[in-house]
Amino acid sequence: MISLKNISWKAPDAGFSLHDVSLTIPDNTYAVLMGSTGCGKTSLLEIICGLRHPSQGQIFLDGRDVTFLEPRERRIGYVPQDLALFPGRRVKAQLSFALQMRGLSDETLIQQLAEDLRITHILERLPEQLSGGEKQRVALARALAAQPRVLLLDEPLSALDESTREDAMTLLRTLQSKHTLTVLHVTHSSSEADALGQLRLRLDHGQIVSA
Amino acid sequence: MRTFWLCLTAITAAYLLFWLLLLGATAAYSPPEVWLQTVMKPEIRYATALSLLTCSAAAAIALLFAVPIGYFMARCQFKGKTLLDAALDIPIVLPPMVVGICLLIFFQTSIGRSIEQVISFTYTIAGVVLAQFVVAAAFAIRTMRGTFDHLSARPEEVALTLGATHFQSFWHVALPTARRGMLAAFCIAWARSLGEFGPILVFAGATRMRTEVLPTTVWLELSVGNLDSAVTVSLAMILIAVIVLVAVRATGEKV
Repeated sequence: MISLKNISWKAPDAGFSLHDVSLTIPDNTYAVLMGSTGCGKTSLLEIICGLRHPSQGQIFLDGRDVTFLEPRERRIGYVPQDLALFPGRRVKAQLSFALQMRGLSDETLIQQLAEDLRITHILERLPEQLSGGEKQRVALARALAAQPRVLLLDEPLSALDESTREDAMTLLRTLQSKHTLTVLHVTHSSSEADALGQLRLRLDHGQIVSA
Repeated sequence: MRTFWLCLTAITAAYLLFWLLLLGATAAYSPPEVWLQTVMKPEIRYATALSLLTCSAAAAIALLFAVPIGYFMARCQFKGKTLLDAALDIPIVLPPMVVGICLLIFFQTSIGRSIEQVISFTYTIAGVVLAQFVVAAAFAIRTMRGTFDHLSARPEEVALTLGATHFQSFWHVALPTARRGMLAAFCIAWARSLGEFGPILVFAGATRMRTEVLPTTVWLELSVGNLDSAVTVSLAMILIAVIVLVAVRATGEKV
């Protein structure tokens, strides 16, 4: 469960801010967050991840206050809009990264994820050798390799064409269900929100309003 | 419109021609047999070997400082950053002789004397490295900062969410991505060290077969009227500078 209580934050250039944002996303729920460009959706995801610190408010994950925890201690999978694959690392190394950071190795997990996301044939490729859809699946697999409880997706399907997008939406639903994840998915697309969102949220003028 | 671009082309060509004439005149000054005689002199060979050694040491130490400082300046936002940024450029704008005098004076202070009890810098080879490092590091820092500025911080942030500490994110994500910039910073620091003269002359001296590096050789040979040797050593330095420039350009960075 993700629970935000009165989160406030102001952008350093004061272009926008979040005011008293409160929301609750129940366990194993696929939530979709919409809102106009530059309204603070990405910043809200980054605050939940721990990459930005709110000026006030609290963040709870499964009832635990994580407001002051480092990103690595939150067990959140984050897929940013630009996917941010690690340059110069092969796909297999991208997937192993989370385990490597913990001094672990689990070939079975990596293989299983690669099969689930249909990327077994590209494990030895570098990011620049991947198509948009492949990059998106690698970024998802990399986030899932950390075995998160919560998955935050920032417009993950925006760079995909219509046919690949349908495929990717089905994949996201399957993954959410298989890994019993609580997902917060930022999108501009109403069709994506209709297809995926069990809970629909809208960020407007720095506040959450019902979608 | 066409005349405008032709004028700009003519100015660029004139500037390049001027430089080519300078280099051509220098290259044609002495016959190749004089070059050979010069490079066979023991003091020239010593100066060349010492230059290669001290430049490599100074550039390596400069890189050790430039990578963390460049990363810090590129990724951290804090009050007074503009001031710190300007302070890091001081060695670039200071007259070279002044850098040498600052070093000389510092090692006369109690802190400096304490350091010299461990490693002797004044008028030693270690002093040559230090004098080269002081200026070269500023150029290496500028290059590394530019490198990290151009690299997205997003992969490093994602690494943090995947369980990495800040150090692991820096080590496993930022550094491998910045390797071309690191190579460029090393080459620029190395080339800058090779041309360093003022601080070395003041702080480490110009003693033959001791603290003599290639720029010192040019000065010493000129001061005794041996123009052929001075020109030959200058040509060798031009050749090395061109090699470094090509190496830096190959990394995709600019000097």
